[in-house]
Amino acid sequence: MASKTVNKHGRHAKSGASPRPSTTRRLPAAGKSRSARRAGAQPAGSPRDRLAQEIVIEGAGVDARTGVQAIAPDHVPRAAESPAAVVPPIAQPIAQPIAGRAPASDALREIEQFLYRQSELLDGKRWQDYLDLFTDDGVYWMPVTPEQTEWDSSPSIFAEDKYMMEVRMRRITHPTAWSQLPMWGTSHVIGNVVIESESHGEYGVRSRFHMMELRRDDVRHFGGTYRHVLVRDGGQLKIKLQRVDMFNAQAPYEYVLQVWV
Amino acid sequence: MNVSQLVEPDRVHRRVYTDQQIFDREVAQIFESVWVYCGHESQVPRPGDYHAVTIGRQPLFMVRGKDHQIRVLYNRCPHRGVQLCGNQKGNAGNALVCSYHAWSFHLDGRLRSIPLQDGYNGTPVNAENPDCSIKPAARVDAYRGFVFACLSRVGPSLLEFLGEAKIAFDDMCDRSPVGEVEVVPVCHRVIQHSNWKFFMENQLDALHPSVTHQSTGVAAGRVESKIKEQTGRAPLYYHYLSAFASKFEQWDAVQTINFPRGHGILKAYMGLRPQDPDTRAHEALLVEAYGADKAEEYLSRSIHHVLIYPYLSVQPPLQQLRCLRPLAPDRTLSEIWHFRLKGAPEAIYRRSLWYYNLVNSPATMVNADDLENWTKGQWGLASDGGDWVSFHRNHGGDTEEAGVIYSNKGTSEAVMRNQFRAWSQYMAADSASR
Repeated sequence: MASKTVNKHGRHAKSGASPRPSTTRRLPAAGKSRSARRAGAQPAGSPRDRLAQEIVIEGAGVDARTGVQAIAPDHVPRAAESPAAVVPPIAQPIAQPIAGRAPASDALREIEQFLYRQSELLDGKRWQDYLDLFTDDGVYWMPVTPEQTEWDSSPSIFAEDKYMMEVRMRRITHPTAWSQLPMWGTSHVIGNVVIESESHGEYGVRSRFHMMELRRDDVRHFGGTYRHVLVRDGGQLKIKLQRVDMFNAQAPYEYVLQVWV
Repeated sequence: MNVSQLVEPDRVHRRVYTDQQIFDREVAQIFESVWVYCGHESQVPRPGDYHAVTIGRQPLFMVRGKDHQIRVLYNRCPHRGVQLCGNQKGNAGNALVCSYHAWSFHLDGRLRSIPLQDGYNGTPVNAENPDCSIKPAARVDAYRGFVFACLSRVGPSLLEFLGEAKIAFDDMCDRSPVGEVEVVPVCHRVIQHSNWKFFMENQLDALHPSVTHQSTGVAAGRVESKIKEQTGRAPLYYHYLSAFASKFEQWDAVQTINFPRGHGILKAYMGLRPQDPDTRAHEALLVEAYGADKAEEYLSRSIHHVLIYPYLSVQPPLQQLRCLRPLAPDRTLSEIWHFRLKGAPEAIYRRSLWYYNLVNSPATMVNADDLENWTKGQWGLASDGGDWVSFHRNHGGDTEEAGVIYSNKGTSEAVMRNQFRAWSQYMAADSASR
């Protein structure tokens, strides 16, 4: 996609071309304060006419080569790959239930291990591995209030399908993600894991989390409830929905959240 | 302190961002003297509904009376000073009752009853004494449903204060076929570790996006391209993000319009007039409501941000509003709201919702890097590494007509020069001339 300026009729002008409107429309007169308009007729192209200019900045994301990009190519990820040994793959679930133990307990144990692994991936900044936990239609959602039920039509803190999660991952690993420069890390603890529902291999799982975050010299604490919808994909559990009800969602945020909790 | 020595036409002294005395004076002479946004009338739809608001350092609340009028009152019991509203928002029922000694007040602030009234026989405490009622803000007014209060009895009216920047509310409301918006009752609150002026300068600073937000712009652009390859068309909200990585030259081709009192507009919007079915349906509704000419006038406005100095940033085409509450020289609370266009298709709301979630939420992929800049800026200005802040870009290259400054380059620092012109006037003025 080439970068270009586009007037409102969709005609493309060469980038950097003089921004002149094809038609002239003015902002409506504002209240009593009309002094700026009283000056009488304006010649075409005067600053007044530029009130109506129709510049649309088209997404130039990929092809734009700004001065900054020239010195900072975007193919060098900021975060080095963590050695795989830090987070060993979880053991395969036991194929056959141990005699005398209810199968549900094996499912719970498997799910607990899955959630622990999720935490380790986040804390280890293994973003791609974390994304790979999601199904292709998976969603990460942090609503504002517990009453909300629709991830894509509610005001949210995070509301991301897998494509948007990829945007976030690419952002934080980009060399000019300036806010990723300070020392930064998290530590998650997960507990109170309960299987709330199971139907056709789809689990509804509720758990509690606590996350401690260090950024520069400041520590923040976040806590709340996870609700996971987990499905089987080729024998592996995958996340269809990770809903995060942040306990302190509505308090003012000191700075922001850059990455999934 | 002579503040006039701190502001020159093309540079300012760092103390205006860091000095506690200057901050205190700003609170008194600017924030507690100008018209300050309290909220939208739809935040308090029923009698008794209240919403607390801070103006400068003054705690007040907006409340709807039984007569359906909205008033703004000091959040203080006239008896012993206890705050009357126990929560940020709620419904007070028929009366405001103090939790300490049960003085109660009508919803318009008048004293209603005191327990054991006989105890005040022979004293000035009675319902006729205005000192026994809740003190109201000096002036309250609203424009197109947006409620403002002014703690000073003197000075311009609300419309005079807003001047041409009132287009912020016209441009938002005119996009509704019934000319009204209603608030979405969710407020994101984020604390910036920087002086309030960093935010105000940043909003119309057209040079910073492709630097500060390059990572997000490039990341979104790549995924946007991938989706286009796969499906032929990417959702508009990828464009909200990828547009941040536009070329410097493109940003230089936009324009800022800088009004008296420090208000301003950044022109150019982010391609919010595509020819998709949702947009066409919305446009048809506006044509039906206003006629073709008016509808075209409303839809063809080219506004990205409107800044109402010194605390409000409005994005009318996306129905977003950010309001600053300065807390300290290096601490600023931002309150972030968005609105629904009454009578417009749901898809138009969802379009703006994506911007609210992606750009303005506490998990913003955009402001994360802005806030980082402003924090580092605050630290730099607190240092002895230099005394002056430069606003020289395109100085002398703007066009001024009738007090309005039109930048001839999008990246001109006319924005900051104009804001400090207003700042100097506020800080120098005595209260009678504001």
